[in-house]
Amino acid sequence: MASSDSATARADHKQPHGLGSFVRSQMRNIAPFLTLIFLSAFFAIASPSFATLDNVGNILTQVSVTGIIAVGLTFVILCAEIDLSIASIANVTGIAVAYFTLQESYVNIANVPMPGWAAIVLALALCALLGVVNALGLTMIGIPSFIMTLAMMQIAAGVSALLVRGQIAYKVPDLITTLGSGSIGGVPWIVIVAAVMLLGGHLVLTYTRFGRYVYMVGGNREAAEFSGLNVKLILGSVMVISAVCSGIGGMLGVAHFGSAQQNEFDTYLLDSIAAVVVGGTSLFGGRGGIGNTIVGLFVLGVLNNGLDHVNIDSFLKILIRGLILLAALIINVYAQRLRERAAE
Amino acid sequence: MSQGRSPILELNQITKAFGGVEALRGVDFSLYAGEIHGLVGENGAGKSTLMKIIAGVHPEFSGRFMLDGRETRFRSARDAHAAGIGMVHQELSVAPDLTVAENVFLGNQPTNRLGLVQWRRMAREASEQLARFGIHVDPMTRLGDLPIGLQQLIEIARVLFSGARIIILDEPTSALSPPEVERLFTTLRKLRDEGTSIVFISHFIEDILRVSDTVTVFRNGRKIAETASADTTKGALIEAMIGRGGEALEHSYTDDLMLPQSGGGATVLKVDQLSLGRSLQDVSFEARSGEVLGIYGFMGCGQLELSRILFGKLKPDGGTLAVDGSAKTFRSTAAARRAGVALVPESRRAMLFHQEPVYKNVSISILDRISALLLKPIRERAIAQRQVEQLQIRPPVVGLDLGMLSGGNQQKVALAKWLTYPPRLLVLCEPTRGMDVGAKNDVINIVRDLRAKGLAIIVLSTEPETVLSLADRILVLKRGAVVREFAGEAVSKDRLLEAA
Repeated sequence: MASSDSATARADHKQPHGLGSFVRSQMRNIAPFLTLIFLSAFFAIASPSFATLDNVGNILTQVSVTGIIAVGLTFVILCAEIDLSIASIANVTGIAVAYFTLQESYVNIANVPMPGWAAIVLALALCALLGVVNALGLTMIGIPSFIMTLAMMQIAAGVSALLVRGQIAYKVPDLITTLGSGSIGGVPWIVIVAAVMLLGGHLVLTYTRFGRYVYMVGGNREAAEFSGLNVKLILGSVMVISAVCSGIGGMLGVAHFGSAQQNEFDTYLLDSIAAVVVGGTSLFGGRGGIGNTIVGLFVLGVLNNGLDHVNIDSFLKILIRGLILLAALIINVYAQRLRERAAE
Repeated sequence: MSQGRSPILELNQITKAFGGVEALRGVDFSLYAGEIHGLVGENGAGKSTLMKIIAGVHPEFSGRFMLDGRETRFRSARDAHAAGIGMVHQELSVAPDLTVAENVFLGNQPTNRLGLVQWRRMAREASEQLARFGIHVDPMTRLGDLPIGLQQLIEIARVLFSGARIIILDEPTSALSPPEVERLFTTLRKLRDEGTSIVFISHFIEDILRVSDTVTVFRNGRKIAETASADTTKGALIEAMIGRGGEALEHSYTDDLMLPQSGGGATVLKVDQLSLGRSLQDVSFEARSGEVLGIYGFMGCGQLELSRILFGKLKPDGGTLAVDGSAKTFRSTAAARRAGVALVPESRRAMLFHQEPVYKNVSISILDRISALLLKPIRERAIAQRQVEQLQIRPPVVGLDLGMLSGGNQQKVALAKWLTYPPRLLVLCEPTRGMDVGAKNDVINIVRDLRAKGLAIIVLSTEPETVLSLADRILVLKRGAVVREFAGEAVSKDRLLEAA
């Protein structure tokens, strides 16, 4: 019986586009999707309150800030780089936009009030600037992105600390308040912003020349350079894109939470990396995309939300999240290997 | 010679396909103890695939695999290794950041009872083994600091002295100098006399005839012939390989060859007093439109560095570079490309995206010419299809992942990416390395076409034949300096070797 099984498996491989080799080459996309379906089914059965329209709305809202940050991070990871400063940059941008907004008199921050649009522009300029510093460190000086963005994580946290000095700010420009915490026709604006940014990221990666360059640089950096691509410019651009996405996520996040303070976004670093990687984007670059990131976001969102519904020990929750992340990393590395074998 | 003995390795009706492309079709192959078995065939004929099956790299195939008379199936290269099969792959696979000794003992460093590596013993034994092979280097040198030829010899030495009883060498001599080849052959004969079986793949048919006892010829995934080396000739083998008259194709270049009196038109590239560290000293030359300039020299003569400078990947310490009369300092390879310079490096891996389809590989260098912002995949595919047909790339499917093509066809893709919008200056490093006669001829014809179109072409090679078959004018580079120029005069392989 076993031998007949292996014979059919072998016959499959002889097919030009046999099911076996298709599944193997697509493992990176299939596995996260199956995980999502499995988790959703599990929680739907385990808890009657999980599979409701209201709760779907909850999940969407809960993953929005992570989703916005993860758009830029997807670009970075596709280039086989990493950005550890995303959460810090989100935090400092959120704080900056509040810093340039008139706060209530009881807020003890020496802030610089400005018109709403100016506050937004300045905050965006700040996150873009930090992204440029990341980009220059990576491409001009040649500091590995892991180290460069580790330093930037501290730098951005330091700027945040200097701006708020341990205090909490509450007011942000009206536009940000609306986008972060308002809703239209029952749909939260923040979900719409996240959806638009994810869609935009997908379109850029799939249909533009720049997107192709991102994949090619991630797939084989040396070959990209020998093909006459400006690899440094592309790497620098993705670092700036990542910082700006983080900044937007930070501003809306501050409005969403209703306050701007130090260390507010700390959990978003791991969540965003997890969303990208769990979704199946290769840590070695060149494979994956926004579609994967969306699936990854939902896997994490369903997991976080579902664990609340099934009444589980909240300390155990952290362990479970860790285990799921580990499983995803194993699949990520394994899928890379399967694909390489299929491509041989 | 093998009568009355049973083969240690016997393969029956081996068939292997990659994504629908049959690389091997019903091949029988046997190997006896104490023989050197040569394999010849054009690129993509199936030699490497068969050897990778033997070495456990491709565990999936159909057919019967008998080792020592027992049916065997390796699940991985590790299984094959444990069964005493060692292979040196076509592409160098060493750890450049480890020492020579660590590379020799890669995977089985001698350790003491505590599991600590015995460095002194490892260094001593590595240096003894390498000395048997005629290599005298400090075993504690970083491997990457040695010339490529020496690195390749050390990799071969690792497999030769690993105690394997079946040793497979895939194109082992392509980066070796003549004396190094000689040393390798002496060692191979000694190992054979001690009972080791050796499979030797090479495009250098003279080498195969000199060292092997038996020769097998492959063509299009089939075994065409198997004969004792003593009973055949180079011409007969070439004919079997390509299935047509071979004499006309293989030129030995031992006779004098007249270079044209004054080739070429306007100066496209002018290099003046270029220098780079210890690699290049005051190199000056010109490349002219409609002319192929050959630059010949031994491994490590500075060719690689020179090609990198021309394409903006390395910055020279001194000297100037002008394209079409205007001085350039390339800040990136992109700047060089925009100035009309194109480079095909010596390693396919450095040039191609193996996990991407052929058409994306072809279009990557010209995307900015065909799309401003949005991609035009239909146009890309059409352009790629045209190149694939013109260069006769097989299989002619532009949507296939590049990794599924054979080495020679990959090399053509590497050329194809520059041909849609021909550059002003095309720099080719080792354009025919590791290629069979037919593919070499294809490349020679492509280069001649481009010359006729008015491109300035520079061919850098460590193989005299490559330079002689292509160049109109030849520079000889030695230890980073131009020592001789051949123009409008007679030149031969001997004279080149003499000058270098």
